[in-house]
Amino acid sequence: MARSTAMSARTRAPAKNAPSGASASPASPASPARIEVRKTYKLYIGGAFPRSESGRSYLVSAADGTPLANACRASRKDVRDAVRSARQAVDGWAAKTAMNRGQVLYRVAELMEGRRDQFSAEVAAAEGLRDARAREAVDRAIDRWVWYAGWADKIAQILGSSNPVAAPYFNFTIPEPTGVVGVVAPETSSLLGLVSRLAPPLVSGNAVVLITSETRPLPAVTLSEVLATSDVPGGVVNILTGRKAELVPVLAGHVDVDALDTWGVPDAMRLDIELLAADDIKRLSRRPTTVDEARFDWLDDRAAERPEWIAAFLEMKTVWHPIGV
Amino acid sequence: MATRTDASIAPATNGTASSWGLGDGQAIPWEYAPAPEARDIVHLKERYGLFINGREVPSADGRTFTSIDPSTELPLAEVSRATTADVDKAVHAARRAQRRAWGQLAGKERAKYLFRISRILQERSREFAVLESMDSGKPIKESRDVDVPLAASHFWYYAGWADKLDYAFPGRVARPLGVAAQIIPWNFPLLMLAWKIAPALAAGNTVVLKPASTTPLSALLFSDVCVQADLPPGTVNIIPGPGEIGMDLVTHPGVDKVAFTGSTEIGRKIFRGVAGTDKALTLELGGKAANIVFDDAPLDQAVEGIVNGIYFNQGEVCCAGSRLLVQESIAETLIDKLKDRLSTIRVGDPLDKNTDVGAINSKSQLEKITELVQSGVDEGAELYQPACDLPERGYFFRPTLFTNVAQSHRIAREEIFGPVLSVLTFRTPDEAVEKANNTPYGLSAGVWTDKGSRILEMVSRMKAGVVWANTFNRFDPASPFGGYKESGFGREGGMHGLHAYVRLEDR
Repeated sequence: MARSTAMSARTRAPAKNAPSGASASPASPASPARIEVRKTYKLYIGGAFPRSESGRSYLVSAADGTPLANACRASRKDVRDAVRSARQAVDGWAAKTAMNRGQVLYRVAELMEGRRDQFSAEVAAAEGLRDARAREAVDRAIDRWVWYAGWADKIAQILGSSNPVAAPYFNFTIPEPTGVVGVVAPETSSLLGLVSRLAPPLVSGNAVVLITSETRPLPAVTLSEVLATSDVPGGVVNILTGRKAELVPVLAGHVDVDALDTWGVPDAMRLDIELLAADDIKRLSRRPTTVDEARFDWLDDRAAERPEWIAAFLEMKTVWHPIGV
Repeated sequence: MATRTDASIAPATNGTASSWGLGDGQAIPWEYAPAPEARDIVHLKERYGLFINGREVPSADGRTFTSIDPSTELPLAEVSRATTADVDKAVHAARRAQRRAWGQLAGKERAKYLFRISRILQERSREFAVLESMDSGKPIKESRDVDVPLAASHFWYYAGWADKLDYAFPGRVARPLGVAAQIIPWNFPLLMLAWKIAPALAAGNTVVLKPASTTPLSALLFSDVCVQADLPPGTVNIIPGPGEIGMDLVTHPGVDKVAFTGSTEIGRKIFRGVAGTDKALTLELGGKAANIVFDDAPLDQAVEGIVNGIYFNQGEVCCAGSRLLVQESIAETLIDKLKDRLSTIRVGDPLDKNTDVGAINSKSQLEKITELVQSGVDEGAELYQPACDLPERGYFFRPTLFTNVAQSHRIAREEIFGPVLSVLTFRTPDEAVEKANNTPYGLSAGVWTDKGSRILEMVSRMKAGVVWANTFNRFDPASPFGGYKESGFGREGGMHGLHAYVRLEDR
């Protein structure tokens, strides 16, 4: 009961910080107050929006401590389900033409554009930003999709090669997606940081299981609603909210996860997670220990728009064939 | 102590080797005169030190180990065994050289040193080839025609990159990582050294390299090349020793980059050794490659490719084509041809120019092969070995072929690292892909068919870093090499090989 009491406090939150609470602000005396329809924040697995199979949730509060919503507290089983969905989806996604993948991801930007206000309010509440700063982060997240989407049909030309071997063979190298990628999203930058880490593995044809910011998960859940309606096939992106300490080790130890983005792994967990990843030789995309995640400037395009981040989730395949035999 | 194949895995008696007119299991009916390569071009020292900071030095505790000739089991030389203190000394020497000498050189100047090294390797190619065969057991025709020329050309290729790094990474400035710790295996001792050292130096790093403990001699001879080339002291440091010394090197805080080639099992340990640090890591690990032959393949070419795929270097090759997948309709014909071809393979003295399969690298490796082959027999696969005399002494193993192999057999799942081929069959391309990818490894694969569109389809569906179509086991410095899945990550060779040794900064 304590929780529901706290939740009701949300309606008294300042309108500018409440994602969907604006209509519930003190109503004019003339008209009766309309009761807000609240959103249920769910997981996103295999293109569907289930609750955690565990039936658990946790209270998410705004940066100023105002309770915002109950988010699903995903379980180990949810992680496994998400990995299975990703595995089922990855071949189809990788087999799409590069241009098609680019168009699908561009469409994510299109749909986010239409929900800028909602994202801005959620980011403002989650990160404690002023409206203008939140709006800037949302706009940049949208633009980042556009930037990465454009790489879909170009990255192979930048990273591939034909190789002049010293014998009569035709020899070329092409990049292929690694497969199922686990992404541990940044803790601080709830939307822009997340998009900056999610788009690179997606654009080349990987499927992703993403663990959101633990303390600021709500913008990610709204993003999953955008993904569900933007032609991204179900299972290509799976989004889980919950406790990183509980979920990340399961993801890192799962043998059907081929690569792991540890950008949002808390420093205290880093060693253990990398030890788990060693068991099946996972590819790691690691945040340098010298970079403080909370201080990373995701607004800096030069820092966060990097083809290297796409390359981190690619395998190079080299093919030989004799000439003239 | 003569080590021969176990009596329980003696040749089977079914099948025929028809085209030579031989009954199965018979030896070829003609003799080759011995054609031994002279050993006197190699001047072995009784004792080799470590190579640290441009000088040969004894290990800190003065201990040594013996490097033997696996074809005779006789000692070749005593080699200093590096200690933890020596690792520290070598890393410091490399660090100093990186800061003060090698790392300060312009790319143009680094290039000229690497060209020099390549030229000296070419000039001393005979010496290197003979020493390599003596220390590793590989046939002289392979060390002479493959290992040494490829090592020289690897330095040549990366020499040219040293002053062109800006063109390899558009929009970025490539900086050296610093000190590279490199651990290499015993199957291609000099060639793996070249794969490791050449790109590292080209990008401005300095290196500490640990050769395998059974094959340290060509690396130590290479230290003489560094001296002849006037390479700044400390740029290359070579510290032979056991595996623990390798781990000391990997976990040394003065190391910025770790590169390892070897087994997946050791690769995991090394991965754990760098966990939680900022050290860059590349791993080139084990394999269990599928070599797929379709019914429209040119069979005689395919037979040569299969033989080269699995018996090259005694099968001690991480990318060996150890699983032959044959389309059912041609399986019988192909297997007959293979058995026939096997009867002409010459096993014996690595220094003999006619030898096809030399000595297994070490006693422990021979025991591992023998154990796995026994498991194949025990699990119900059908064994075939040609009749051939093995030398009285030395670690030799007959070229071996298993038919009637199930995917669950250990010989179809585990990396044997020996001259042992497991034959499985398939009916449809889908089944071939399914079986080929049914392994935690993903280093290499082969496909044989005359149909171009099928080649490209198989190429795109096989999870492997290198795919040879209508050929097998080809290598070139310009061609990136490395694995998918548990065969490791990172590439060696080509422009992609540079990436493992640079830090990219914004322009």
